[in-house]
Amino acid sequence: MIQPPSQPELFAQQERPLTVSELTKQIKVSLESSFGVVSVQGEISNVRTPSSGHYYFTLKDETAQIQAVLWRSRVPGLMFSPTDGMKVIARGRITVYELRGQYQIDVIELLPAGKGELQLAFERLKAKLFAEGLFDESRKKPLPPFPAVIGVVTSGSGAAYRDIVSVLRRRFPAVDLVLRSVPVQGEGAAGEIARAIQEFNEWGGADVLIVGRGGGSIEDLWAFNEEMVARAVYDSRIPVVSAVGHEIDFTIIDFVADVRAATPSAAAELVVRSRDDVLELIRQSVYTIQDLFRDAIESGREEIRTILGSYAFNQPRDLLRNRMQFVDDLMRRLDLGAHHIIDRRNADAASLTRQLSSLSPKSILQRGYAMVLKERRAVPRASLLSPGDAVEVRFADGSADSTVTAVRKD
Amino acid sequence: MAERNNSRARRGGPKSFEEALKRLQEIVETLERGEASLDTSMELYEEGIVLSRFCLEKLNRAELRLKELHKNLEGTFEVKERDTIE
Repeated sequence: MIQPPSQPELFAQQERPLTVSELTKQIKVSLESSFGVVSVQGEISNVRTPSSGHYYFTLKDETAQIQAVLWRSRVPGLMFSPTDGMKVIARGRITVYELRGQYQIDVIELLPAGKGELQLAFERLKAKLFAEGLFDESRKKPLPPFPAVIGVVTSGSGAAYRDIVSVLRRRFPAVDLVLRSVPVQGEGAAGEIARAIQEFNEWGGADVLIVGRGGGSIEDLWAFNEEMVARAVYDSRIPVVSAVGHEIDFTIIDFVADVRAATPSAAAELVVRSRDDVLELIRQSVYTIQDLFRDAIESGREEIRTILGSYAFNQPRDLLRNRMQFVDDLMRRLDLGAHHIIDRRNADAASLTRQLSSLSPKSILQRGYAMVLKERRAVPRASLLSPGDAVEVRFADGSADSTVTAVRKD
Repeated sequence: MAERNNSRARRGGPKSFEEALKRLQEIVETLERGEASLDTSMELYEEGIVLSRFCLEKLNRAELRLKELHKNLEGTFEVKERDTIE
């Protein structure tokens, strides 16, 4: 047997030829220990997905290729499913598959090689879920008109949560906001978001869910483009409002959700009506009921007058007595009823007035807030002020003249 | 009149804001149709007032309640108060 000159010493000492297994084992040890974990960029081709759930594919460039394997257990951590033609960066361990005498990359992580690839993955998943019917309008659930408990799946330390809280405080604070805090980006975020949606459904205490996060890059928002999140939203029995990023950002869950809100603040606006509107609705109902009931009493009186005026006088005496008694009785009851209503009307108008006045600026000031005025007009936003402006800060018990030294926007 | 105060609101009371407001609208519609007897109208009127009070009381709650959902290891859920936004 002719030995190549660069043969390692280990081999030179062999006195008998190696078996294929022995040689392969040595190649395996040598390759695996010298490469370890590598990152390699290439194009995916020849994807095979046997029923085992593992992915097998080839990574190639113009002049070379390497076999790749992606175990099923790593699939949930992926940003997208490997698809032929995708340009990716694969991070993984070089291993040798002894049975075939083949080296391969055992993929740990698969990243898109460019923004275009993410867009492609997005379009592919969108098309797939659309074909499956996940976006069907007929499957969308209406939002409850007056939720008592609002569930929110987002980061407890994020801007989205703060925005939702501040809108609800302003618009309709008579609700419970139940947070399930989750990471909204990075490895494992999608799994956590999906699980949180499932847990809200298991718990069953929320009337509506807001799922989302504040703005970010396409990579930051990616968890909301993942299939498992889309499916969790689809499977939710509780209506879901998606609230991801800014106006212009569209993610997969926006298509699956029962309602898409442009931003987290908009989601909060959507799930509750304004308290002022609801107060007005109740006020109108009370007035309508009172008017209608007064009409009912009036027509009751009219009926009695008719009986007195014509019918009764043509009847025999005792029947006439009965009628008179009936009328007396009815009149007494009507008077009692009317009296009753007048009392109630007054009491109610007073309570409504109190209710309505609690929303006036004055009573807000009495709760400890202050109002800023410039040239005697209220200033609702910081952006309307400039350094040097003279303003008046009004409190419930007086006011303070001040000068703006700096303006910061949140 | 006191013995007649057996309207639905007095018997059971509304369970939720939504239910109360819905019933209030129903009462308005029934009265608007003008088909109810005087006795029924009186009952509906009183029920409507009770419902509107109930709704106003609910609306009057000024503080948004912040809570957090936790699933324990045993698989049961716990809803804790959340003190601050952060």
